[in-house]
Amino acid sequence: MSYSEKVVDHYENPRNVGSFDRSDASVGTGMVGAPACGDVMKLQIRVNRDGIIEDARFKTYGCGSAIASSSLVTEWVKGKTLDQAMQIRNTQIVEELALPPVKIHCSILAEDAIKAAIADYRGKREGESHANVAPPSIPHAAKAAA
Amino acid sequence: MRFPIYLDYSATTPVDPRVVDAMLPYLREKIGNAASRSHAFGWEAESGVEKAREQVAALVGADPREIIWTSGATESINLALKGAAQFYRDKGPHLVTVRTEHKATLDTMRELERSGFEVSYLEVQPDGLLDLRQFEAALRPDTILASVMMVNNEIGVIQDIAAIGELCRGRGIIFHVDAAQASGKVPINLEALKVDLMSFSAHKTYGPKGVGALYVRRKPRVRLEAQIHGGGHERGLRSGTLPTHQIVGMGEAFRIAKEEMSPDNERIRALRDRLWSGLSEIPEVYLNGDLERRVPHNLNVSFNFVEGESLIMAIKEVAVSSGSACTSASLEPSYVLRALGRSDELAHSSIRFTVGRFTTREEVEYTIDLLRRKVTRLRDMSPLWEMHSEGVDLNSVQWSAH
Repeated sequence: MSYSEKVVDHYENPRNVGSFDRSDASVGTGMVGAPACGDVMKLQIRVNRDGIIEDARFKTYGCGSAIASSSLVTEWVKGKTLDQAMQIRNTQIVEELALPPVKIHCSILAEDAIKAAIADYRGKREGESHANVAPPSIPHAAKAAA
Repeated sequence: MRFPIYLDYSATTPVDPRVVDAMLPYLREKIGNAASRSHAFGWEAESGVEKAREQVAALVGADPREIIWTSGATESINLALKGAAQFYRDKGPHLVTVRTEHKATLDTMRELERSGFEVSYLEVQPDGLLDLRQFEAALRPDTILASVMMVNNEIGVIQDIAAIGELCRGRGIIFHVDAAQASGKVPINLEALKVDLMSFSAHKTYGPKGVGALYVRRKPRVRLEAQIHGGGHERGLRSGTLPTHQIVGMGEAFRIAKEEMSPDNERIRALRDRLWSGLSEIPEVYLNGDLERRVPHNLNVSFNFVEGESLIMAIKEVAVSSGSACTSASLEPSYVLRALGRSDELAHSSIRFTVGRFTTREEVEYTIDLLRRKVTRLRDMSPLWEMHSEGVDLNSVQWSAH
C-alpha cells in the first residue's frame, strides 16, 4: 500500500522518540494496544507546575501509520493544558495524515494513548494529595497479571 | 546494483530472457489458433503447444497426454478439486486438506462445503509439516479426495508427498497436490509418486503469468467434471482457445528448469544460507518452518518486537513479502504462521525472503546490512523491545484489547 507524504515524513523522521522516567511524579505514561493486534503505543507526557504539557515522548510497535500517528500527537500535545489535550480527536489525526480507512484504528490508538497518559498523570496527583504514597510505576494499560 | 532488490521470487519470478525469446515468434509470425485443422497456421500453433506439453511433462515425469493447460495454478486447483469432488460425489461427501494450504485450495474447499461436501482441515506440527499418523486418522470410508501442497508458499517446507500418496492410493482416495511452488525447486517424478492430480504455474518458475497446467493421471484413470464449457478443447476438460505464446513460454521455462535445476538450486541455496547466517546474528530473530525439509530459495524470519509492515517500509530498497496481512481491515497475522503455533507478535513480525536465479551475492550482503541497521532503529522505537530489555515477560502483561 502507499502512504501519504506526511506519514512517510513522520515515519522516517519521527519526532520525540524515547522515554521519560515512569516513576517521576511529573510524568504521565499511557500504553495502549496489544502485540497480538500488531500495534502497541507508549506515550509519555511531562507536565509542568502550571498544568501545561511541556514535553512528550513515544515508543510504538506497529505499522508506519501507527508510528506516524504517535509521532504526530507528541507534537500536538506540547504546550497544551491537560484539558486541551483531552480534546484531541482521532479524526483530526486521520485528516492530518490522510490515513486510509484500514488505518483509522492507528489514530484511535493514538487518541487513547493521550487519554491514558493524562489519566495516569492525574492518578498520580490524586494519590499524592490523598496520601504521600508513590503511585505504581507500571503504565496504565500494562499491569502485570497477578 | 539495481534498486529495489527483488527478493520475492515466491510471489512471482522474472521471465527468463530465453523464455521471452521462445514466446515472441508466437506473437509475431506464428499467429494461428491451435484448434485450426484446415491450414498451416493452425498446425504450426498446435505443434508449438504439443512441444510445450512434452516439456512440462518431462520436468515432472508425466506423459504429455496427462497435461491439461489452464490459466494458472488457481484454475488448476479449482478444476482438480471441484472436478473430482463433483465426479466422485456418489462415493462420499468427505474431503481432506491442511490449514496451511494456499487460499486457492482453502477457498475452493469452502465453496465445496457450501454445496454439501464435508471438509477436514488438518493442523500441522510446529515445523510446518503434516503428521502422517494424524493424516491417516482423518481418512474415512467416505473420503473421496485429499489435497496437500508440496511446498508451502510462505515458509517453503516440503511435505512428504510420497508417503501421503501411499496412504491415499491404498484407500482409493483421489490425491491432488498443489505444486505451484515446487516445480523447478524440488525433483518431481509422477511415475513414482502416487499422485492423481497436480497443479502447476508457469510464473513461479521463470515463465509468463496467466498460464498453468493440471496433471490428470491416466493409469489409474482419474475423471473430472469440467468447470469451463465451450469448444471442447483439452479433451473437454478445459474449453477455450489456447494461449499459444503463454503455453510455449511455460514449456521453455520448464525445459530450462529440468536442465539447470540442480546447479541453479545449489547456487540459490548458498545465497539463502548466507542470508540466514547474516540475519541470525541479529538478536531475537526466529526462523519459521523447518530448515532442512525446505526449498532452497525460501527464508521466513520473524524479527521479534518489530512489526512486519513497518519493517517492510524501512527496507523499501528490498522487495520482500510480509507474513502479516496488516493492510487488510482484519489485521490478521499470517494464518500459516499461526498454524505453526507462533505467537501473534512473532507472526506479526515475519518477513519472507525468497531468492532466485538472478539474485547476486552483492544483493544478499546489502540486504543483511540493511536489515541490521533498520531492525536496530525500529527496536529503539519499540516499547516491546524496551520492556524485553528491562526483563519484563511480555506474556505476563495484561494488554488492553482494541
